[in-house]
This record gives sequence, structure tokens and C-alpha cells, in this order.
Amino acid sequence: MSVCLDIRRLSAVLPNGQRVLRSVSLAVQPGEVRALVGESGAGKTMIGKAVLGVLPKSVRIVEGEMLIEGEDLGRLDAKARRNLIGARTALIPQDPLTALNPSRRIGAQMTDRLIRILGWSGDRADKRIRQLLDEVQIRDPQRVLKSYPHELSGGMRQRVLIAAAFAAEPRLIVADEPTTALDVTVQKQILRLIAQLQRDHGTAILFVTHDLGVVAKISQKVSVLYAGKVVEEAETAQLFAAPQHPYTRALIAATPRYTDPYASLKPVDKTVLKGLTAEIEAADKAWRPGHG
Amino acid sequence: MAEPLFSVRGLKLALPDMTRKPLVGRAPLAEILKGLDFDLPKGSVTGIVGESGSGKSTLGRALVRLLEPSAGSIGFDGRDISHLSEAELRPLRRDLQMIFQDPMSSLNPRHTIFNIIAAPLRQNGLGDRLKERVAEALQRVGLPQNFASRYRHELSGGQRQRVGIARALALSPKFVLADEIVSGLDVSTQAQILTLLERLAAEMGLTVAFISHDLSVIRRLCQQVIVMREGRIVEASATDALFEHPKETYTRDLLAAIPLPEIDPDWLQPQAPA
Repeated sequence: MSVCLDIRRLSAVLPNGQRVLRSVSLAVQPGEVRALVGESGAGKTMIGKAVLGVLPKSVRIVEGEMLIEGEDLGRLDAKARRNLIGARTALIPQDPLTALNPSRRIGAQMTDRLIRILGWSGDRADKRIRQLLDEVQIRDPQRVLKSYPHELSGGMRQRVLIAAAFAAEPRLIVADEPTTALDVTVQKQILRLIAQLQRDHGTAILFVTHDLGVVAKISQKVSVLYAGKVVEEAETAQLFAAPQHPYTRALIAATPRYTDPYASLKPVDKTVLKGLTAEIEAADKAWRPGHG
Repeated sequence: MAEPLFSVRGLKLALPDMTRKPLVGRAPLAEILKGLDFDLPKGSVTGIVGESGSGKSTLGRALVRLLEPSAGSIGFDGRDISHLSEAELRPLRRDLQMIFQDPMSSLNPRHTIFNIIAAPLRQNGLGDRLKERVAEALQRVGLPQNFASRYRHELSGGQRQRVGIARALALSPKFVLADEIVSGLDVSTQAQILTLLERLAAEMGLTVAFISHDLSVIRRLCQQVIVMREGRIVEASATDALFEHPKETYTRDLLAAIPLPEIDPDWLQPQAPA
């Protein structure tokens, strides 16, 4: 089986020449959850957008390859690329309220993609959506399908978007901070659902998050990002057992743990940040676009 | 236990429910706080925790009297402030300070950091020795003196939140309300701000109400915790007792829902039916 998502030495720049992604390499195997973790500005959402082909116009990819199930996106023309991304990937967004159209009913929005992009019949799409609503434990699908987004709670809206993401059986889902806006008790339910559906459907997930707690619970592999650079990647269990990079160790120590208040919440040491800056500068100096 | 700075009894508060407002006419009132009783001991940091809609922010705004209660009393430093007029409250304002969640929207973009910190000093009759007082406020929160001439957009998120703290503490208030002050920050910055507040509260003997949706940041900082749900207090106790022996199911559920940064394969397993 080919690698589900393979990103090789991906670099992107802003119009002023500043690098926002620095030779990022990462792979997601079929059916596995890879977390992309980092603080704001680390480029984790940018990578998700690059995979989905929705980078802002100002960001230009200057080197590297992205392959979805062995097909190199860079070798396809725009239409073929859109079709491939549309058929094999899906997104679970951070904020379900902005991701849903406020003036259309949930049902229409959920079947849209199946009917218009994949060319399914209305009946088939409707049946599929009901099946998925059942999988995300929505007990009254009739009411939900007829509702407008504002009539549902945050947790319900996120369930709807999870169902929609899995409906077309994508090979890869990009989940971009899907629980960040939710209360903790709802977050736990939603993470459970994502894990359950991911297992049942054998879907690979690129899970973008700032929360190492979420990383520990949901992922099998993890890439730690800083300033658009992968500073460490490991199996998740390994990362928490023996973090290698000083920044990873600092992030873990800064994350609050109510079970151990005095060993957690440690401010990140200045020498760690200085070391990171030096590392990034050295990498930029050695970097020649287009020549690896 | 120290004598209370705040003594709250039977506090109820209703606000217009805009989701049920008719096209013409007034919105009906919805009761947000449904009868709360608690004390905040002098010099202590109290965590107020709850999920969205629990009323924790409304409670905070009632304590600093940005909102007026519909019933009950708020005793502050031995005086009932629950129905004081704006004019009567003015002399108390310097003792009731706030640090806000989002320093980006709570700092005026057109004012220098100097003016942002100086404004409440001027308004409260501390306009003499302004330079000295602002310098002291910046130093207290660990910001370099040359930040006085900067604007908010020139600062990082953590630095902005330090300015918010400097402004609130410049008046040496008796009480500080900190409403979700770290929820918009990265973990590395969050840890810095929390340890800063922890140190300043101890040094200045502040009474602090620390409102948060996140129980995991509470334990280190707070001596006591109030857990709220739907406008009521579910459980209130000393911090260690609450974390080690939570009495209420709801508190236990809240704790169990926090994803700790450690491997636990059982965490995502569906719960066995009770």
C-alpha cells in the first residue's frame, strides 16, 4: 500500500521572500493519525492548507513535492489536482460556525459535496448522510437535517462536520484544531468520535493542534513544528517517553498538568529559544531554493 | 482563614435574553446567576471555573460592579456595593481592577503603552510622578522601559498581556479580576503569564478572582476553587481538596475530560454505562 500523504522538502515563501515553510518532510501512512503540533506561527495550518490546495495567494511554494497515494500533485494540471484532492481528502475545520453557510439547512450543505462534486444521486447522498449522522451519534437526524447552523450547539455542529468529512470515504482527512473552540467535556466526546470513525473507516488523519494533551490522546505519530520547520518527529508514545529536541522538552514542561502542578507550567527557557533561532538561521543560510 | 474581602450572599443577576427578543419591544430577562453564596478571603487567589454558559464571566462582572445584581448582596471590604450608583462606585474603582482575555482588543491601538498605563493613574488622582509610576509598573511585569513609547501592534501576545497586568496593578488595587487571561496564549507564553501573576499576587498581597474554563491552569495558582454550572455553584473548596477528592460528579467529569499530556490508551475508550 502506498503512503497516504507524502510531503517532501516542502518550502514556501511570502512575497517579501520570508520563508514560512522550511523544507518540511512528513508522511502519513494509511489509516494512521499524525499530529502536527506547534505554537502560533509554526506553520501547522499552512501545511494543512497546502495539502488541500487552498494556500492563500500570497504564499508561494518554491520547492518540494506533495504526493497523495503516490500521485504527485505538482505534476497534475490544476483541474486534475482539484479532482484528486476533492476525491481523496476532506477537512474538519476549527470553527464549525464559520465553516457552515448560515442561510442554508444542514441537510443541503451535507449532501452538496456528494451530489455536486462526486456526482451521486440525491437519494444515495441522503442515505449516506443519515448513516453518518447515526455514526456520530446524532439521535434525531430528521431535526438536524432541517436545522440551520445557529439552531445547533457547538458540539452538534462539529458532529455534523465530522459526518460530512467522512461521508465520501476520503483516504485522508485534515483536521485543523477541530476541538479548540469546544468545552472540555464536549471536546472529549468529539475526540472519541473522531477516533472511532477513523478506526472504523481506516481513514488517515493529519491532525493539526496546539495542545500536547490532545496529541497524546489522538495520534500515533507526531511532528513538532517551530517557525515552519519540523524540529522533531516521532511515534507519539516515544515523543512523550523520551523527547529528543530541547524545544519539545520545553513544550511538554510548559503544558499544564493538574496532577503535577509544580513539574508543569514551566516557562520556556530563553536558551532553548535562542538555540531554535540559531538552528533556523543556519538552515536558511544553507538553503538554496531549487537546489535542495 | 483571613477575613473576607468579598462576601457574597444570595446573588442573583438577570440579563436581557437577546435570542428571545421580539422584533418590537424589550427582550425578556433570563436569570444568569441563580443565587450564589461565597467569600473571597483577603490576599487569596480564587479560581472560578465552568464551561461556556455557566455564568462565570457574569459573576466576575458583578464583582467589579460592571453589572448590577437583581437580588442579594455583594459585600466588599465591609460595605454592600451591590446597588451603588456609578458616582458612588467611582472612588472604589481603583480598588476593583480587571485584566481582560484579549489584550489586543482591550488596549487602545492609538495610544502608546505609556498612555495606556498612565490613563487610569490620571483618572484616579495619581497623576503626579507619572513617569516614575509607569516605569515601576513596566518593571514589575518584566517589560523593558523602552516599551513605554511603543504601540500594542509592536508587541507579542504575551507582552500585550503583561501590559494589561501592568495597567491593572499600577493602581495597587485591593482586588483584581482576571477573566480568561491566558486562554488566547500559546502554552509557553501562558506559563510565563501565570507564574508572573502568581508571583505578583503573593508579593502585593492581592485578592484575585481567576476565571477560567480550564481547570488544569487553576491548581498551581489558586488557593480555592469555585466550580460553576448553569448559574449555580456546584462545588467550592480548597484547591488541593477539590483536585484530590472532588465531591461532585460534575467536577469529576470536568477533571476526567482534560487531556493530560501523557499516553493513556483508555482515555478515548467509550465509558462503560453507569
